[in-house]
Amino acid sequence: MTAAPQSPVVTRTPLASRGAVWFTVPYAVVFALFLAWPILYGLWMRFTDQSLAAPRVRFVALENYVEALTDPELWASLGNTVLFTVITSVPLVAVAFVLAYLVHTGLPGQWLWRLTFFAPYLLPVSVVAGIWGMVYANDFGLINGLLIELGGSNIPWLSDSRFAMWAIALLTLWWTIGFNFLLYLSALQNIPEHVYEAASLDGAGPWRRLVSVTLPMTRSTTVLIILLQLLASLKVFDQVFLLTAGGPDGATQVILQYIYDAGFSGYRLGYAASVSYLFFALIVLLSIVQVAVMRRVRKES
Amino acid sequence: MTSTVPSTSQTPAADRPRSRTRPRDTEAARTRRLTLGSSRTVLALGLGALVVAAVLWAAPMVFAVATSFKTEADASSAPLRLFPQNGWTFENYATVLTASGLPRWILNSVIISVIVTAITLVVSVPAAYAFSRHRFRGRGLLFGLTIAAIMVPPQILIVPLFEQMKVLRLSDTLLGVALPQVVAPLMVIVLKNFFDQIPRELEEAARIDGASNLRTLLTVVMPLSRSIMVAVGIFVFIGAWNNFLWPFIVTNSPELMTIPVGLGTVENAYGLQYAQSMASAIVGGLPLLIVFLLFQRQIVKGFASAGLGGGQ
Repeated sequence: MTAAPQSPVVTRTPLASRGAVWFTVPYAVVFALFLAWPILYGLWMRFTDQSLAAPRVRFVALENYVEALTDPELWASLGNTVLFTVITSVPLVAVAFVLAYLVHTGLPGQWLWRLTFFAPYLLPVSVVAGIWGMVYANDFGLINGLLIELGGSNIPWLSDSRFAMWAIALLTLWWTIGFNFLLYLSALQNIPEHVYEAASLDGAGPWRRLVSVTLPMTRSTTVLIILLQLLASLKVFDQVFLLTAGGPDGATQVILQYIYDAGFSGYRLGYAASVSYLFFALIVLLSIVQVAVMRRVRKES
Repeated sequence: MTSTVPSTSQTPAADRPRSRTRPRDTEAARTRRLTLGSSRTVLALGLGALVVAAVLWAAPMVFAVATSFKTEADASSAPLRLFPQNGWTFENYATVLTASGLPRWILNSVIISVIVTAITLVVSVPAAYAFSRHRFRGRGLLFGLTIAAIMVPPQILIVPLFEQMKVLRLSDTLLGVALPQVVAPLMVIVLKNFFDQIPRELEEAARIDGASNLRTLLTVVMPLSRSIMVAVGIFVFIGAWNNFLWPFIVTNSPELMTIPVGLGTVENAYGLQYAQSMASAIVGGLPLLIVFLLFQRQIVKGFASAGLGGGQ
């Protein structure tokens, strides 16, 4: 490219690393201040009764954990979180694949389909909550309005404990599918054409091609999406907080809502920090499983 | 944009976008033949399923947009009808844009997202470059912590961060909203992986010419990494723009709120003004949709590379 001579050095010289450490100093500073320090500070808070209301902080050792693990409400919110994770993860993976596959097949209108399925992902949660609050409204809401039109009657989607979690799950499906959809779309576009050509030469029909070419060729993406989705679903909070705040009757009380209630409504920061770390342990456990599974899938393919 | 144009190419640059559309159409036809085959029934079924899905996905948005142009009386009148009795109105938008906190919140969101994006890039790019190319004391530790930090859910930091901001006197300030969002371990890894793939020869040439580390990064590496930096920038921007929990916790004053926080809290206080709250939802959602339309290709491409790095 330039007038540089043919490199006379046979072994690769490392670039001069003197001073390179300075490149990482700004990052190390923000990392220490806004990530490492809060983590360590939180570790300490777990053993205190720190409160928003009282200035004095007392060391309480493991009291917080004893209380947390014996609180049936905590177990209930853990159960709700798992329920939400199951009922959102399955459709968020399966429907995302179907949509991405249909868009990928090259049916006319590419740009429009992609925009339609991805656009909701870009909306801030409060916008989503606002729109769906209206969709679920009685009498003049989109769903109940249509139900009444068809001769049915109002279903109080967000205020009946039988429906609230499903209503939250449905809006989550609508809102966040764009992420999985785009991951699938790019995986589908990476399948080499000759595989399909070989399959069609062998006389495989469209269904056969989908089952024995497309599905196996996107397997590692599917594993990735499932794992990311599990992690994302376990962290559900914003839409629950805005639409039901855990209600009715605790039917949508998820773990982060429990932490929020303890810390910021109940002023008990020490206790909230304790439960946060229980939740963190759960996430770490799942992440370790994730790494192990990913490694196995990579090895197989 | 960064690489040299092949000299054999006869087409002038201005013609290229047009000539690009035609092969893409035939490409779509080819994928169609390869995946669905040429049976008309299968094609019709596929198209039918797509249309149904798209209608379902668009319905809440269309409903919200329609409601936002209705009078309050029509928006909350019982039999659902597509065309309002009192006609369409722009009044909700006028109210929302002049007499609510929304313009201020949009401005705050812009300020905060720009600050977060700028600082994140300035901090992460050199660090990722150093991780990719250099050996130095503490590299193993810092890089190991960065990988471990990907697992940390930001939500668990909220409680201690809230206390920390009080100590730093950053509670209820724009800087207090922005600063804790600039640590992006996943983005550092994504950038490092990209830098790892750039051949070193160019940098070695620059070094022989006597360029410093910083100069090499600025004049050789960064111009080659435009695409990934744009992708990372867009991701960080979207993340900061849509972040709800942290800005909600750390701000109290309505004039410091971002769009998600303002719409989520203050707007709820109005309660029963349906048409108006739909208008603010539309206005609040629009800026990022416009960003997406402008950067669609980079975002879609960025998802392919960054998504495989590990997460949202």
